[in-house]
Amino acid sequence: MILSSLVDASRMQFALTAMFHWLFVPLTLGLGILIAIFETKYCRTNDESWKKLTQFWSRIFAINFACGVATGIILEFEFGTNWSNYSWFVGDIFGAPLAIEGIFAFFMESTFFAVMYFGWGKVSKGFHLLSTWLTAIGANISAYWILTANAWMQSPSGVAFNPATARNEMVDFWGIVFSSTTLTKFSHSVLSGFLVAAIVVIGISCWYLKKGRNKDFSMRSIKYASVFGLFAVFMLMVTGHSSAVTVARTQPMKLAAMEGLYRGENGTPLVGIGVLNPKKQYDNDEDPYLFNISIPKGLSFLANMDFDSYVPGINDIIEGGYKYKDKNGEEKTAIPFAEKVDRGNMARRALALYGQYKDDPDTAKRNQILSQARQYLDDNFEYFGYGFLKDPKESIPNVPMTFYSFRIMVMLGGYFILFLLVCWYLLKKKIIAEKKWFLFLAVLSVPLVYICAEAGWVVAEVGRQPWTIQDLLPVQASVSGVSAGNVWTTFIIFAVLFTTLLVAELRIAFNQIKKGPEGIKWN
Amino acid sequence: MNAARRIFNFYRDGFRNMDVGKSLWLIVIIKLVIMFLVLRIFFFKPELSSYKTDKEKAAHVIENLTKND
Repeated sequence: MILSSLVDASRMQFALTAMFHWLFVPLTLGLGILIAIFETKYCRTNDESWKKLTQFWSRIFAINFACGVATGIILEFEFGTNWSNYSWFVGDIFGAPLAIEGIFAFFMESTFFAVMYFGWGKVSKGFHLLSTWLTAIGANISAYWILTANAWMQSPSGVAFNPATARNEMVDFWGIVFSSTTLTKFSHSVLSGFLVAAIVVIGISCWYLKKGRNKDFSMRSIKYASVFGLFAVFMLMVTGHSSAVTVARTQPMKLAAMEGLYRGENGTPLVGIGVLNPKKQYDNDEDPYLFNISIPKGLSFLANMDFDSYVPGINDIIEGGYKYKDKNGEEKTAIPFAEKVDRGNMARRALALYGQYKDDPDTAKRNQILSQARQYLDDNFEYFGYGFLKDPKESIPNVPMTFYSFRIMVMLGGYFILFLLVCWYLLKKKIIAEKKWFLFLAVLSVPLVYICAEAGWVVAEVGRQPWTIQDLLPVQASVSGVSAGNVWTTFIIFAVLFTTLLVAELRIAFNQIKKGPEGIKWN
Repeated sequence: MNAARRIFNFYRDGFRNMDVGKSLWLIVIIKLVIMFLVLRIFFFKPELSSYKTDKEKAAHVIENLTKND
């Protein structure tokens, strides 16, 4: 039996490394596009101020990029060491997108990134601009492949399980690459990167204004960043809604946890502000909230685009019996947790039988048993992961963490809409530099936007627990047989070393910001 | 050959003229050394690498996925 401490240690380590990695990725995604826009402006106007501006933000981009380099590699190490069952089980589904990402990242970044930095005055303006755009687009395309792999874990499709190898095999590449989960996850994640970049540019520019320096540079930066940020934040609302629709179909338990919803109804309200009752469990009658202000029928609309539709709660999902539309749009009746466990166990037993007889020398007997086992496995494979669960409680994610992270993300999203509208208004009125309170708020908004971006991933990843692959493989079946002590050791090494390096990297970043655009010595 | 030399010179001059980039490269190299020469070798050994063939790896995973706990 695998100790839960090993599972917890492996999860903690993965969460730490993934969140650390996501500190750098969003700025790369968004700032690259903003820099390309600034450079396009320079090429069109031949105004040297735009060139200086492009070069300064490119410097910040490079520092952020260097900080982020290799922080993602550790995640791949963890797959092989801490999550070996999972890594084997996913087969090519994870390998193919990651390999494509690696090739893309290598060629796009080593070629065009170098031209972007070393090419000022050495290549034509047009080729330099093209390289900047390709670097920015390349980073976003790289993100697409990573998010394809993540989306598949949230909603597996386009694969066939091979019981002889215990691996999932890809049967529909385009179905995986363009699944609704992939598209919503990509658009929402990338747009959050755009918002991060816009807020960072505005924050740093406002810091200059607060110090009474680089006024023209800052005003230009803020003007473009605020429009870019407004575009991102409004599109985030649209993609957030699409994400909710997708989650309602593919991960109803996650949606219920996001809302702290235990009993669903037709016309389910959406909790705007709320405090969860810490005593509430799925098997008691406590009220789920100590306090809440809800939007009537809001969740039904958010999940199904229908104000009167039914949204199941945690208890409904455990008990089953309600009608729902599956990810293919077919109407079905939900089966209870206990039946899912039975079917999961049938699938596991069928796999065991298959493994036992696949090399049996008696051909007739082997073919008969394998055929039956295969049939049982195919009929029940969609619940394979439930065979590892014993108590309904194990199928429920951490409700408070999911609930509050979702609210932090949404509230900060709302704050950024207001912030960017005010920013745009003050800029139009040409009074932004005089409004000290706003300049202070803009600097404060920089850490807030990172909290918002991280909170979004906490909702996505904590909310899908206990699954590494939705319904097919829970975390306790995914981990390797390594010792928890080993995992904690690497956890501590990683935390100490990378925090130290992060301090060094941040010092470089702050020094460059202090020097400002006049500190750039490119041609 | 000319093109290759121009590309080589382009990169060489670019690296030579870096200012803050030198510190960044140093940090990147430290990170990669820690990753591949310390963490990978001593701490992050892929569990399934102890099995030689895919068949053995599959058998090990099937055993893990089907054992009663």
